[in-house]
Amino acid sequence: MPLPSTSKHEYITCDSEKCIGCQICEYVCSYAKTGEFNTFRSRIRMVREHKILITTVACRTCEDAPCVIACPRDALKQDPDTGVIRVDAGLCDGCAWCIEACDFGAISINPRTKLAEICDLCEDEEDGPQCVKWCPKEALELTSPDRRAQRSRRKLAIEEVLGR
Amino acid sequence: MHGYSGRVLHIDLTEQKTWIESKPEAWYKTYIGGVSMATRLCWENIEPGCDPLSPGNPICIANGIFAGTPVPVGGKYGMASKSALTGFIGDSLSGSWFTTSLKRARWDGIVIHGSSEDWVTVLVDDDMIEFRDASHLLGRSTTETESAIREELGDDQVRTACIGPAGENLGRISNVSNDGRKAGRTGHGAVWGSKKLKGLSIRGTHGVEVADPDVLLKLSFDILEAAQGPHTQKYRILGTTANVLNMNKLGLLPTRNYQDGVFEDAELISGEYLHEHYKAKTIACAQCPIACEQVGRVKEGPYAEAMSHIEYESLYALSSNCGVNDMEAAIRAITNCNELGMDTMSTGVTIGWAMECYERGIFTREDFKCELCPDGLEAKFGNGMAMVKLTEMIAHRDGYMGDLLADGTKRASAQVDEERGTETYKWAMNIKGLETPGYDARALKTFALGLAVGTRGACHNRTAAYDPDIKGQVDRFSVDETRGRVAKGTEEYAAVYDTLPLCKFIRRCFTGKADRAGAWPAIAELINATTGWDFDYDDVDLIGERAHTIKKAFNIREGWTREDDELPYRWQHEPMTKGASAGSVVTDEELEYLKDIYYEAKGWTEDGLIPKEKLVELGMEDVAEEIGV
Repeated sequence: MPLPSTSKHEYITCDSEKCIGCQICEYVCSYAKTGEFNTFRSRIRMVREHKILITTVACRTCEDAPCVIACPRDALKQDPDTGVIRVDAGLCDGCAWCIEACDFGAISINPRTKLAEICDLCEDEEDGPQCVKWCPKEALELTSPDRRAQRSRRKLAIEEVLGR
Repeated sequence: MHGYSGRVLHIDLTEQKTWIESKPEAWYKTYIGGVSMATRLCWENIEPGCDPLSPGNPICIANGIFAGTPVPVGGKYGMASKSALTGFIGDSLSGSWFTTSLKRARWDGIVIHGSSEDWVTVLVDDDMIEFRDASHLLGRSTTETESAIREELGDDQVRTACIGPAGENLGRISNVSNDGRKAGRTGHGAVWGSKKLKGLSIRGTHGVEVADPDVLLKLSFDILEAAQGPHTQKYRILGTTANVLNMNKLGLLPTRNYQDGVFEDAELISGEYLHEHYKAKTIACAQCPIACEQVGRVKEGPYAEAMSHIEYESLYALSSNCGVNDMEAAIRAITNCNELGMDTMSTGVTIGWAMECYERGIFTREDFKCELCPDGLEAKFGNGMAMVKLTEMIAHRDGYMGDLLADGTKRASAQVDEERGTETYKWAMNIKGLETPGYDARALKTFALGLAVGTRGACHNRTAAYDPDIKGQVDRFSVDETRGRVAKGTEEYAAVYDTLPLCKFIRRCFTGKADRAGAWPAIAELINATTGWDFDYDDVDLIGERAHTIKKAFNIREGWTREDDELPYRWQHEPMTKGASAGSVVTDEELEYLKDIYYEAKGWTEDGLIPKEKLVELGMEDVAEEIGV
C-alpha cells in the first residue's frame, strides 16, 4: 500500500504490480524538463528493492504541503487550483529543507544548478505528463481523488472476494 | 561527435594509476560498442599469449551506443578479456544500470590492467577515480556486495558490477554480476578475482547528448509501443522458460548430461509450471519496455526464500540436465549461482558431468566429502539436494569435488582421466572449454556448425543458428551446401545486436519483420539520430561482420587452429535415442564438410585463417598486418 497522503488534486500514481522497473519514465521526464537524457535529473524516481519490490514516486501534491511550509525562503508555492508546487529559482538556495520535509522522497536537488526540482505534472505539455504517456505497462496514471477512490474500492473488492 | 564521449578510461590496478585515451571517430564507426568494441580494446591492450589469470589480461568494458537514452532495450554493455575457460576471446553482454551510469559518467569504455596487491573496489565518480579497500566485502554475495557499496557511498544511483565468492576463488565458471544481471559466460569472474578486483562502481551525473533527440524519441516511442504487441508476447508472459516444453517436444531438451533429448517430467520444470506456482514478479532490464525476466520464488520447505529470475538456459542446466524434476531445487540452485557469482549454464552442465561420473561408478560418495557435506553426497541424477549442495561446494571450492568442478568440464575431465585412467572426456559437454547450451545440437546441424566454429565456444547466442533449424527453413537432421552461408548469416546478424548492443527480443518490433530488410533500415535511423552519422543498410550489415572478424582475429593471434573448431565427443559418437530427434548424431565427415563450406562462405582460407585483403576490405588494416595471410 502506498503511504497515505491527502490531496484533493491530481498526482501521478504507480501501480507497483504493473511496474517493471525499466526507468523509461525517468528518461522522458528528464528530457521534458531539462532537455537532456539524464535520470539523475528526473522528477519521478523508480525504486527497486529486493528484486521484486518496484515502484515509482513523484510529487503527491499534498494538501498543506510540508515542503512549502518547510521552505525558509518561501521559494516553494503551491498552485491552489492544481496543487502543483513550483520552485522559484530566484529564491531557492538549495538548502534541501523541502527534501527533509517530504515523506515521499519526491523532491531532488539538481546536481548542476543545486536547486530543488519537483514534478509539475507536465502542466506545459499538450499531451500531459510524459511519464504517463510513455509508461510501457500503463503502470503510471495521473489520478484524481475520484480515480484513487475507485482503485481502492476495486482493490478491496478483490481482496474480499478472492481473499488475497 | 554525438552519442560518444570519445574517451576510454584506463585503470592500472598494479600501480593504482589511471589515464585517458582519446579515440577518433573512424574507430567508433568501425567497432561501434558492445562486444565488438570490448574485443577491440582487448586486442589493443592484452599481452598476446598471456595466461588469462595473469596481470597481462585486461578487463575491457565497452558501453552501448544507445545506453542512457530512451531507446528500448539499449541499456547493455559488452565485456571482454581472454577467457579463463577457453583461452580465446571471452566476450559477454549484460543489460544493466551499470552501463547507463557509465554513459552518464562520459566514458565509452574502461580497460582495467594489471593486478592489485590487496582486494579493492574501484569507484568511477564521473571523472574522479578512487581505489577502495574491499577486505570487508570478501565472501559476500553479489547482491550483498552491491548493496554494501551503495550504502557506504550513500547513493542509490551508484551502480556496481562485482564478483561473488566463486570469482574470488578463481573458479573458471564464475561470472560478473550487476543489478542481478550477469556478464555471464566464459569465466570473467576468475579474471576479476585474479586481479583482486571485487567490484567496479560507477556514478554518472551528466546528461547523454545525442545528435537529434526529438527524432530519437519518436523512433523510440514507436518501438516501445510495438514492443507491447504480439511480437514480444512470448517473452512478456512466460519469458524464455517457454522453451522447456517446446524443446522437449522437438527431442532437444538436454537431459541427464545430454544422454537424452526428452525429459519425462518436463511439465514439472516448464515455464508454465513456474508461472502457475512460483512466479513472484515480472521485471525488466534497464531501459527495457518488454520485461521478460520471470522471478521465481520458493516460499516454504527446504529451499524457502530462494528467489531469482529464471531463464530457460539456467533452467535446463539445473533441472533436466541433472535429471532433477523439482522446480524448487532448480530455483534454489539458480539463486545460489546468481548470488555466489557463477554461470548457471556451465555450473549445471559441469554438475551433470559429475553426476554421470557418479552413476558410472567413477566417483563414489567419498569423493564428495567436504566441509558442507562431511558424509559426502549421493550424487546421482535426479537428486535435487545434491545439485543444490554442489553449487555451494563449487563456489567455495569446498573439498575435492568443489575444487575439481570449479574450473568446468574440460579441466575436470582432463584431471580425472589423468588421475584415474578413465575416459570421462567422452561426456564432458563443452566446446573450446565452454559448456554447451540448452539445445542438443546433434539434431540441429546448422546449429552444430555454428557452435563448433563459435569464437567463444559453445554459445547459442553468438551463433543463433538454431533459428533456421528449428523454424524449418533448412532440414535440421541433414547437411547441405547452404549451411556455411546460413551459419555466417545468423552469427553476423546476432553480432549486430551484440555490438550496438540491443537485446534481440526487440528484433520484430521495428517493422514486424525480424530479417535484415525489416530491421537494418530502422537500426540505421536509430544510429543516425544518436550519432549524426549517415549509416545505411550496408553499414549496419558490416557492423556484424566486423564484430565477428575482430573476435576471430583475436583467437588466431592466441593460437587458434582448425582443430579447435570441434564438437563434444558425445554429439559425434552417440546417436540420440528418444523422441523426435532419435537417431541423430553429427559425424566427423559432416563436421569437416560444414567447416569447409563455412570458411569458404566467410571468405577465409581452407585452414580458417583470414586473408589480408579481407581485413583491409573491412577497414582493419592494422589487424591485417598482424594476422592476415
